[in-house]
Amino acid sequence: MAASQTAPPPRVATSHTTSPSPRGRRSPRESSISKLLLAPSMFAIMVFVYGFIAMSIWVSLSNWGSARMDLSIASEPLETYRRLFTMARFQTDLRNALVFTVLFLIISVVVGLTLALLLDQSIFGRSFFRNIFLFPYALSFIVTGVSWRWVFNPETGINLLLDNLGLNLLLGKLGLPEFWPPWLTTPEVVGDLARWIPALEGLRTQIGLPLAMIPVIIAAVWQLSGFAMAMYLAGLSTISHDIREAAQLDGASTWRIYRDIIVPLLKPMTISILIILGHVSLKIFDLIFAMSGPGPGFATDVPGIFVYEQTFRATRYNLGAAASVVMLIMVSVVIVPYLARSLKEL
Amino acid sequence: MDVAMPRRPRRSRRDRFTKILITAMLTLAALFYLMPVYVMVVTGFKAAVNVSLSQMWTPPTSFDVAGYKSAWERLSPNLVTSFLLVIPATLLSGMFGAINGYIFSKWKFRGSDLLFTLLLFGMFIPYQSILIPLIRFLQEIGLYGSLPGLILVHVVYGLPITTLIFRNYFANIPGELVEAARVDGDTVIGIFRRIMLPLSIPAFVVVGIFQFTNVWNDFLFGLVIITNPARQPITIALNNLSGGFSVAWNVLMAGAVLAALPTAIIYILLGRFFIRGMLAGSMKG
Repeated sequence: MAASQTAPPPRVATSHTTSPSPRGRRSPRESSISKLLLAPSMFAIMVFVYGFIAMSIWVSLSNWGSARMDLSIASEPLETYRRLFTMARFQTDLRNALVFTVLFLIISVVVGLTLALLLDQSIFGRSFFRNIFLFPYALSFIVTGVSWRWVFNPETGINLLLDNLGLNLLLGKLGLPEFWPPWLTTPEVVGDLARWIPALEGLRTQIGLPLAMIPVIIAAVWQLSGFAMAMYLAGLSTISHDIREAAQLDGASTWRIYRDIIVPLLKPMTISILIILGHVSLKIFDLIFAMSGPGPGFATDVPGIFVYEQTFRATRYNLGAAASVVMLIMVSVVIVPYLARSLKEL
Repeated sequence: MDVAMPRRPRRSRRDRFTKILITAMLTLAALFYLMPVYVMVVTGFKAAVNVSLSQMWTPPTSFDVAGYKSAWERLSPNLVTSFLLVIPATLLSGMFGAINGYIFSKWKFRGSDLLFTLLLFGMFIPYQSILIPLIRFLQEIGLYGSLPGLILVHVVYGLPITTLIFRNYFANIPGELVEAARVDGDTVIGIFRRIMLPLSIPAFVVVGIFQFTNVWNDFLFGLVIITNPARQPITIALNNLSGGFSVAWNVLMAGAVLAALPTAIIYILLGRFFIRGMLAGSMKG
């Protein structure tokens, strides 16, 4: 599901009024009761988040590579990580996660901003349209995956719809080949960056765009671009009417007001959207699991699926744990600076 | 005035054209967003013989409920499981979130902001990175494979978001209210019960709706914690259904509609609160 994945950004409200009681005036009794009330939750988080992460790191360094538990640290503790990064499949997974993240972010931001600006300009049906665009966000990734897999069925889905609408008739008249792509079922990867960047030659996977990823990206944009739109709408509502009116009085065209004033003011919103959706896409799992699984030639495989399969199907616990730690690091690179900044603002 | 007058009609005609263009673009976008919904609902109402591949996009010639009946027979136990999971998980993480949010906003102490940030980190982690220890832990305490075990997991990992929403809500309640009660000799818990709780009903609604949706739509935890297919939550059951080779498309699409219905209804009826939950952290206040 989308909502569980897109927790709102951790920008936190600061009190309108000063702290109710300055630190010095608080009685010891009050402060110990406060801490006591927080204790159960903080204890649970310390164990379930930080304790369990530490244990996962331990497992990734251990000899536990089969169904039989073995928590002894390997003689070469980082051997599992070395093995992981030299696996063709995991290299493919990292490539896919990167390709997916970049394309999904660009398209979601563009679509979200466009929809928000159109809604901002439209006079009627605003909340009606807004609710339609945000609706997929309330659905489960599994529902999305199941229905979009049906839509991207090469024989019957979107291809048939476009054909029925006369696309291929038109292409034929123009002397162009029919448009009938295989969507999720192709292992084809377009482009090869190793040709341009010699450093990539040692990799065991082709650094390009896996075509089967395109339908997955479309489904993800369908589900989450509404989130970007809602964030932009919220941002637009904070831009004061006075600014727009002043610009209008100065004779600026609507287009220029948007380009020079409103869109630049939305930049902080864009950063929030990129961080939230970026961390979601780096850990994407449910949607791809339901829509295509690892895909032909691992064309739609991602680290999230790799971890699940290595851990729960192949029982290679140390390998699965190592991949999950890599996922955690990727997500942390995006999230920790954001959290650190919001801590400073508190 | 004299200069502006002749320009006005031209301008308004162009404005009207722009408005029509905008509405047309929005309508096109809406058709795209509704397309999968159309496919799901329409395919579910087709008779199995009519779900032939070439007629996927045409509306059903007659309404056939066999698909929904069959999907209901297969999925109703899992729908019940999902409700039994979601309701307690939402209530419990909401209650803890209210208490935490109250302390983090009104009874700050040295290091409380750091603790709050450490708590928030918990909602961003990929849950893959805690699964192995989590399952070992649940096995140790005898809750692995059971609904209470899954509820516990959702309560704990729901704490960051519920705490965040309540903290931001309480931050906007004037501190003077707390201060006045303190002067009257009220305690930390007393102020929470007598002043904050009655004021926090809107926040409970937001948290309730948002967490209901989150937990209902979860997939990974249900998949790895509940191993008995008959007792798995609806999202896992739906995925199993789609993995089966013998399942007709009309049944599968009807199943997807059933799985989506509770959160869809909430969204349609209470969308305002849902959006507020979604944006809760992003807006100051």
